[in-house]
Amino acid sequence: MRVVVCIVSVIVAEDLTKQFGEFVAVDSVSFAVGEGEVFGFLGPNGAGKTTTMKMIQCVSPKTAGKLTVFGMEVSTHQREIKKLLGVVPQENNLDPDFTVHENLMVYSRYFDIPRTSAERIIAELLDFVQLSHKKDTLIEQLSGGMKRRLILARALINTPRMLILDEPTIGLDPQARHLIWDKIKSLQSQGITVVLTTHYLEEAARLCDRLVIMDYGKILVQGKPDELVREYIGTDIVEAENDPKVIACLERNASSYDVLGGRVQVYTNNPQEITYALLKECELGQITARSATLEDVFLKLTGKKLRE
Amino acid sequence: MSYFAVPKISRRVLKVWLRNRDVFMKTYKVNFLPPFLEPLLYLFALGFGLGRYIDVIEGISYVKFIAPALIAISVMNSSFFECTFGSYVRMYYQKTFDAIIATPLSIEEVITGELLWGATRSLIYATIMLPVIAAFGLIELPSSLLIIPFSFIAGFLFATIGMCFTAITPNINSLNYPTFLFITPMFLFSGTFFPLALLPEPIQYFALATLPLTHVVRITRALTLANLSGFLLLSLAWIVLVSLILFVLAVNLMKRRLIV
Ligand SMILES: Nc1ncnc2c1ncn2[C@@H]1O[C@H](COP(=O)(O)OP(=O)(O)OP(=O)(O)O)[C@@H](O)[C@H]1O
Ligand SMILES: [Mg+2]
Repeated sequence: MRVVVCIVSVIVAEDLTKQFGEFVAVDSVSFAVGEGEVFGFLGPNGAGKTTTMKMIQCVSPKTAGKLTVFGMEVSTHQREIKKLLGVVPQENNLDPDFTVHENLMVYSRYFDIPRTSAERIIAELLDFVQLSHKKDTLIEQLSGGMKRRLILARALINTPRMLILDEPTIGLDPQARHLIWDKIKSLQSQGITVVLTTHYLEEAARLCDRLVIMDYGKILVQGKPDELVREYIGTDIVEAENDPKVIACLERNASSYDVLGGRVQVYTNNPQEITYALLKECELGQITARSATLEDVFLKLTGKKLRE
Repeated sequence: MSYFAVPKISRRVLKVWLRNRDVFMKTYKVNFLPPFLEPLLYLFALGFGLGRYIDVIEGISYVKFIAPALIAISVMNSSFFECTFGSYVRMYYQKTFDAIIATPLSIEEVITGELLWGATRSLIYATIMLPVIAAFGLIELPSSLLIIPFSFIAGFLFATIGMCFTAITPNINSLNYPTFLFITPMFLFSGTFFPLALLPEPIQYFALATLPLTHVVRITRALTLANLSGFLLLSLAWIVLVSLILFVLAVNLMKRRLIV
């Protein structure tokens, strides 16, 4: 196992486990998040990402194992930990009884922020997420992307040291997604630690310093996105049709490959050579070569089967 | 997790109370109308309508007899419905509780804040009804003014009852069961529209033991008639004791439901 020589670990989980009755949703996972990192959790539906986030934010008690946030045990220091966190939940839970501004004002009270400083912070945050013009709009009249941005602003109301973002860009258009990415990067540059989950692998590759891929409650791999790609795939992928001749050819060349439906994917660090070999020896036309991505790692590790 | 663990709460419960107050004040025009109109409707229909056929009831006019019951019923309804349908919508549909417990507040504080708000609603309604009923000369002053603080205590009782049902209801429609099986019988059989003494004696005791509204009506009526007796302290003690037990139970049931 690789030892991560972190600056300071702000989250440390050891054999962290969560059971709902008999069902094990998070199965003895261990990870450490360093201060100032953007740390990602990837995994298919039901992998246990949200459950892990909820244990970190102290709203769902762990079943077993160790979990500390900022050096404090989650089961005994809930209030102290929650004061330092900003949370964007997977499901929107803005207060529909209030306007944009009122939502932030009411939320600021929960953190004991005095009214005058709250007004100042709210103005800054609405500016930050580009919602100043919607200040007096009711929540139901906001678009999905606006709601997501407002939740991000709400998560920042207490100037948190760490952000927990559970699918922050779910359902956003490319513009809004880019905006959120910029915001996350700018928050990281202010020294804020960011823990996020996402199903967009390009997003994870772009934002995360390190990430884990989970499945069935377990962590399959963890590391830096580009290193994971190199380690599990190589630099490139050559795709050809699923044909016995191709397979035989690949076997002869002792290549690393997977059959995915009608396609064969060859993992390689030397795409020219493979492409050349396939074209020459197997006389095939249908070949594409491309750079390997995190998505390839994800699919290789978690399989292509849909989760119910 | 036990059902009777003493909740750990701080003054943060006020933040939850403030949140609900802010929503209430946003729509105050709609909110202030029912407590103003409702007693008028009942007074006219039952008191001045039906009451014409009743000369005296327990030594007073029928309309004077039901006036305090109308206040007690309103105290019951306002906090009970606030902490059943109102709290359920905030908990389940609006996810308001989830949003709040992501902050330094705990679920215990959220539920306590909700209960205090329910009690406050009873107080607001009673306070609005008093002058309306007083304008008809149906209540004695100043003793009736004690109904204002009392409505908070009684309101808290019905808030805790409501919250217990909210904590165990599988869905919002099932909240109709406690409404029809508990609130409606109480509305009719708690010495509200006819004296409890008309019922067979065992049923009277049964009502006193199990129908909280009987105690609330008793105290309210004693206050509007300025006819206080030491016996009322027993009713007050019953109310306080039962609300404390149900308060602890409601918080624990909610914790069980929401903290998984
Ligand atoms: N309150 C609960 N009671 C019982 N089972 C639960 C509960 N919450 C989650 N689970 C189960 O735990 C597993 C992990 O759920 P979780 O929400 O953590 O998944 P996820 O990785 O966030 O998935 P998604 O990508 O769909 O959001 C799922 O199988 C889910 O059904
Ligand atoms: Mg999730």
